[in-house]
Amino acid sequence: MAKRTTSLPTAGVGVFRTKRDRRIGLALTLPSLALFLLFTYYPFFKNFQLALYRAAPFPTLPNKFVGPSQFFSIFSDAQFWDSVRSTVIFVGLVVPIGVFLGLLMAVAAHQRLKGIRVYRTIFSSTVVSSAAVAAVVFSTLLSPVSGYLPSIGIHAPDITSSATWAMPMVAIVSAWQFVGLAFIILTAGLQSLPDDLLEASRVDGASSWTRFWRIILPLLSPTVFFTLIVGVIYGLQSFGQIDIMIGTQNSTFTHTNVLIYAIYRFIHVSADPGMAASYSIALFFITLVVTLIQFRILEKRVHYGQ
Amino acid sequence: MSDLLLFRNNADFTKTLNFKMPASRYGDTDGSGLERCFMSKVEFRNVNKSFGDNQVLTNFELSVDDGEFLVLLGPSGCGKTTALRILAGLEDVSSGSVHIGDREVTSEEPKDRDIAMVFQSYALYPHMTVRKNVEFPLRNAGVSKDEIKSRVDQALQTVGLSDLGDRKPGQLSGGQRQRVALARAIVRRPKVFLMDEPLSNLDATLRQQTRADIAALQRTLGTTTLYVTHDQVEAMTMGTRIAVMYQGKLQQVGAPTDLYHRPANAFVASFLGNPGMNLIRGSVQGGAVRVAGSVVSTTNLADRSDVTIGVRAEDLRIGDAGFACEVVIVEDLGSEVHVVCQSAESDRIVIRQLSATTRPTVGQTVHLAIDGATHLFDAMTGERCEG
Amino acid sequence: MASKQRRLAGRTGSYALLTLLAFIVGFPLYIIFAGSLMSLKEITSVPPSLFPMHPIWSTFRDAFVGGNLGQYLAVSFFQSGIIVVGQVLTSILAAFAFAYIQFPWKRTIFVAMLATSMIPFEVTVTANLQTVAALGWSETMQGLVVPFLATGFGIFLLRQAFLQIPKEMHEAAVIDGYSSWKFMWRVAVPLARPSIAALAVFSFLGAWNQYLWPLLETGSNKNIQTIQMGIRGVGGQVSTANVSLAAAAIAVAPLLILLVFFQKHLVRSLTAGAVK
Ligand SMILES: Nc1ncnc2c1ncn2[C@@H]1O[C@H](COP(=O)(O)OP(=O)(O)OP(=O)(O)O)[C@@H](O)[C@H]1O
Ligand SMILES: [Mg+2]
Repeated sequence: MAKRTTSLPTAGVGVFRTKRDRRIGLALTLPSLALFLLFTYYPFFKNFQLALYRAAPFPTLPNKFVGPSQFFSIFSDAQFWDSVRSTVIFVGLVVPIGVFLGLLMAVAAHQRLKGIRVYRTIFSSTVVSSAAVAAVVFSTLLSPVSGYLPSIGIHAPDITSSATWAMPMVAIVSAWQFVGLAFIILTAGLQSLPDDLLEASRVDGASSWTRFWRIILPLLSPTVFFTLIVGVIYGLQSFGQIDIMIGTQNSTFTHTNVLIYAIYRFIHVSADPGMAASYSIALFFITLVVTLIQFRILEKRVHYGQ
Repeated sequence: MSDLLLFRNNADFTKTLNFKMPASRYGDTDGSGLERCFMSKVEFRNVNKSFGDNQVLTNFELSVDDGEFLVLLGPSGCGKTTALRILAGLEDVSSGSVHIGDREVTSEEPKDRDIAMVFQSYALYPHMTVRKNVEFPLRNAGVSKDEIKSRVDQALQTVGLSDLGDRKPGQLSGGQRQRVALARAIVRRPKVFLMDEPLSNLDATLRQQTRADIAALQRTLGTTTLYVTHDQVEAMTMGTRIAVMYQGKLQQVGAPTDLYHRPANAFVASFLGNPGMNLIRGSVQGGAVRVAGSVVSTTNLADRSDVTIGVRAEDLRIGDAGFACEVVIVEDLGSEVHVVCQSAESDRIVIRQLSATTRPTVGQTVHLAIDGATHLFDAMTGERCEG
Repeated sequence: MASKQRRLAGRTGSYALLTLLAFIVGFPLYIIFAGSLMSLKEITSVPPSLFPMHPIWSTFRDAFVGGNLGQYLAVSFFQSGIIVVGQVLTSILAAFAFAYIQFPWKRTIFVAMLATSMIPFEVTVTANLQTVAALGWSETMQGLVVPFLATGFGIFLLRQAFLQIPKEMHEAAVIDGYSSWKFMWRVAVPLARPSIAALAVFSFLGAWNQYLWPLLETGSNKNIQTIQMGIRGVGGQVSTANVSLAAAAIAVAPLLILLVFFQKHLVRSLTAGAVK
């Protein structure tokens, strides 16, 4: 198919524009629009209202209006900052591990070798693993009883109940899950680099090492940034592995109480929609900042090269 | 600033070269002259290459002499780039071997072959400045800082880009990029230059200018060069010798005029020249070459009922004698007129006339006689028939 | 020749690195399947075995009978199927309108739809639970799927695909007197099939692996719990490690099949927006 640029007309050339078409146009967007209004925009703004109410001590009593003070109180609440800290540590572990491994795999697999497709499939495979699946297999692998750690010389206690190990463990599980996605994105980035640049560098006598650091990485940096952002957003939404591996009964949960998990606990355990909404608003703004950074980088990339 | 202007400013491109480049061809910087002893002849020995079922090179034998500028010419898809990439080490051979100097390099890495390549797309590193681009091969070779600086300065000056060292490739015009690519190649003083259609992305005027510059540069440096193109004007004007390829097979190697005047087969005959040589069906009887009954030329070949007669467009005359043809197109190119005819055997024949001469009209039947060289090719194999 | 040996060494090195990486990344997935065939004794043996010497299949029976996995699977296929069909349909309709029809408020609506991808679903969970409750859909299948029937990403992806259809196709259709509706189904949709397939695969992956929403929404209604909830139920206890792994194997198998057969489509959707 012919190569066309991406930003073709939103209005103007080559469109159906009779009166009937105009009505059809609006009608076609209606299903999506209604769903978005009801399940994205309404609840999004509802958060701001919910945040104004404090949960009653008993579920049967009405919640009490307390105004914006509740939302702002979370900033002086140690638990909130603990949660933020856990989130930062969690993301700070997941993203570098995932992107580093993903990059290593993408570069290693970016060559013409027999059987390379099998390797590529294996490298991509973790993308299909759900949080629950990952949690189950890693629980088994890392368990002091059924696991493989003792046989490689690591005699840790049951790490799910270890304050030190709980966080790194769930982070490793998430990083493992994220590696496949990182690999896929970075591979696409690598494949979009002009072949002749890499070939020119071979002719110019560059070692693999130089080629990676001086040619591949600089050219791939926009994709690497993109992968980092995707990783951060992925990390912010990771929930299932923490829920299954740590669980609320377990006392270690305070060490893995990332924002999303805190929200879940407010909804499910303490039935406090006001606090859940307040935390959700905070989570939204964190995501927003990250997304905006991503847009800035994307914009930059358009002017990059050629 | 336009590229043309730049080139002029850089005035005597070749003079600068003569002046600036080291006396030795091989980067003999210590002046001992020792390095001159080894030859950088290039050879393909019986190379075969296929991609899956697609046989791209067949029994490919070619040797480029030391210091020679050899042009590899052929139609699109005939395997020129593949041959060049095999020499560069970017592609493996299926069988056969490749030699540079007195060394077999068939399975060596590109970086160990001491070659420099100019890509069709130039392949400049977009994130590096012009200077960094040109430095890159030297840094990889572990050349000292001082020497890098002087060699890069020299290379940039040679191609007339001394002032643009701090720009990124994205901020250069097509012609300037092309010259950065050249600078990056010459800075290494390699044994062999490989160039893959380095001019195809330039406009016509610039291409003509650069053509002369590259040829002059090569003469000055005396570096063995293999130059790929599908443009026969480039081939005819630049090459010491031309190697014509077709469908992965070498057709003929020789000096441009040899190829033009003594094509080894019907393909080379029809491919070289604009228009290419006319190929007309005929026969040989008792030393007379006939087309549709009428004698057009003589030969000392033995009789054969089928022969392909090759005649250049400028060697045909429209007149009263000769074989009959119908005029189908008359093209006026200003300085000359091309008359396209169709013979009874439906061969397409082009005649080149000066504008001044009376021109036939479309639909008219004319008679053609040969007034010049006649080439005879075997009707089956297309090979030249030697008398 | 020395250079030949060096090349061979280089190639061997490449394979060694690739294999090491494949081992690190692939081992957990491998263990899901290997472990699911081991007896408890084999799993907990020291050193642990890497290969089921005496494969037992009863783990799968236990998972299906004891863990009630059959029902979870059925629910998941149903829930994911509805979400895929829904997302593909709503995306086709809206994307087509944005690509080919001129109508009032077009830009505003388009921007509003794309902006939804900036609001993570997690952020809206609290209020959505109340909405679903108000609609009377708590702990029902409607509640499980309806909030996910539209997707900003899908609209973006398909609009892009529609815009890449050569303008001549559109003009020819208009000359032939096609209505917009007819053009959509007869020309645009068939031509955009690769992107639609990419969206479908992507939606399925997302829907199948959903966790937070099914956990909160299905509550105590066992009849609409998805496979992920099923795995959560059998959990990571050592006492049932092999059965848990069998359950995980069943949960991940459809997606692995999807990965092997639709890798191209999956990659296409996952990298949309990553590289120009
Ligand atoms: N990597 C490859 N895989 C498969 N086939 C290839 C590959 N590279 C080239 N070919 C095929 O080999 C043949 C020769 O290609 P090559 O690029 O050498 O032609 P060329 O003479 O350089 O043509 P052009 O003048 O168009 O550049 C073509 O038929 C091409 O399709
Ligand atoms: Mg080529």
